[in-house]
Amino acid sequence: MSFLGYPRPDGSFGVRNYVGIIPTVACACDVAHWISNQVRGSVAFLHHQGCCQTKPDLDVVTHTLISLGRNPNLASVLLVSLGCESISLDEVADGIAQSRKPVEKIVIQKLGGASPALAEGSRLARQLAVKVSAMLHSEVDDSELRFGIKCGASDTTSGLASNPAIGAAVDLLIEKGGSCVFGETTEFIGAEHILAQRAASPEVGRRILEIVDRMEKRAIAMGVDMRGGQPTKGNIAGGLTTIEEKSLGAIAKGGTKPIQDVYEYGERPQGKGLFIVDSPGREPEALTALAAAGAQIILFSTGRGAPQGFPFVPVIKITANPITYQYLPDHMDLYIDINSGASHTLKKAGQTIYEEALKIASGKKTMAEITGYSTATDIYTIGPVI
Amino acid sequence: MTIKAVILNARDNVATAVADLERGIKVELGAEGKGFTVELKVPVPLGHKFSLCHIDNGSNIIKYGEVIGNATKTIEPGEHVHIHNVVSARGRGDLSREET
Repeated sequence: MSFLGYPRPDGSFGVRNYVGIIPTVACACDVAHWISNQVRGSVAFLHHQGCCQTKPDLDVVTHTLISLGRNPNLASVLLVSLGCESISLDEVADGIAQSRKPVEKIVIQKLGGASPALAEGSRLARQLAVKVSAMLHSEVDDSELRFGIKCGASDTTSGLASNPAIGAAVDLLIEKGGSCVFGETTEFIGAEHILAQRAASPEVGRRILEIVDRMEKRAIAMGVDMRGGQPTKGNIAGGLTTIEEKSLGAIAKGGTKPIQDVYEYGERPQGKGLFIVDSPGREPEALTALAAAGAQIILFSTGRGAPQGFPFVPVIKITANPITYQYLPDHMDLYIDINSGASHTLKKAGQTIYEEALKIASGKKTMAEITGYSTATDIYTIGPVI
Repeated sequence: MTIKAVILNARDNVATAVADLERGIKVELGAEGKGFTVELKVPVPLGHKFSLCHIDNGSNIIKYGEVIGNATKTIEPGEHVHIHNVVSARGRGDLSREET
């Protein structure tokens, strides 16, 4: 099977063809947002990081911005810097340029403030947009796809049907030679022993247990029961009682294939197969981790109705909750019958999701793209803001 | 007959409702040859769990064939199983604070 993709100089294929407008720091977000409003064919990724943080967090932000800029769905990138932030604009620009895609940059303080920065940024973005618009997409083998997978606003229908159905779609992609990334380390708690058994090597198994232990210790350090935060109030209303129950349902979306390796937040796994990227469960940070990991498409299961998309990665919303599907048409893309949890129908549900993913890859829009529900993004950091 | 609830693993001591279920109805269930008929003591909403058997205070609650928490009181068959009678064993910063 195949999809229509845009070839990139680094050998990857985009399923969208945007000029990415990326601020290096929270204080440059407004100008980045204005530029993206001025230039058709551009999208902004907004976040709250990049300054007054400790070095480990600044390193994560730098790596994440580079990985985001290198995502195949971006044809070129305009970086927007304030000028006095801790993040190095040149380091981010050089990192993205290693993928050989065009990278431009502006510095608000050097250009004389918001108005001239908006004018210059829009001029550069328009030049990039003209070149991008001339690119043609062509048929590409589906082994070039990388899915990101995520569940959000889960209820028990997620674990019963929509997550295992996504798992079947993931198995299908990996059998065809493609790759997939998943994270949400918090939602491995109570199910990590099952994932560790699927590790490609004892070392990878040890890494899985290590990132789960690290995440759980961060929650325990707050001195309270994490229930209410994870599982959330909405998860509990939907019938999920403990993090263990939520996790056992959540990992079903990862299918059944061996886990090849574990990566840190902001990193992009190399090679084919199934990978874990350490990340929290919350959407603004978790979706960013998947986009940074090079996913061109995100399969997202929801029970109660999570609306979030991502600026330059189509996010396909899949639910097995019939009430949610009927009641939230603005946000849902696909319905999986709850009875598909039975193994004989699960494969068929996985096939349906896979075919929809190929259609979306080839240009069909997701509801999150049509509604434009994608600006609440961020980068996961663990240290204090100082 | 429409399915009212599912058992995901033969080891499980809870089932999950796949529709809103009323109090007093009898639900027939099975998993890998094991059959249950459970009369619901309370209404159980879609997605929520009920007990398949007597569960002692402190015992494991099992779903997907795995431990999902522990009972904080005795639970009888057909009772709603949720945060009012189950605690998690993980991410319990409250317990580590009591220990120190």
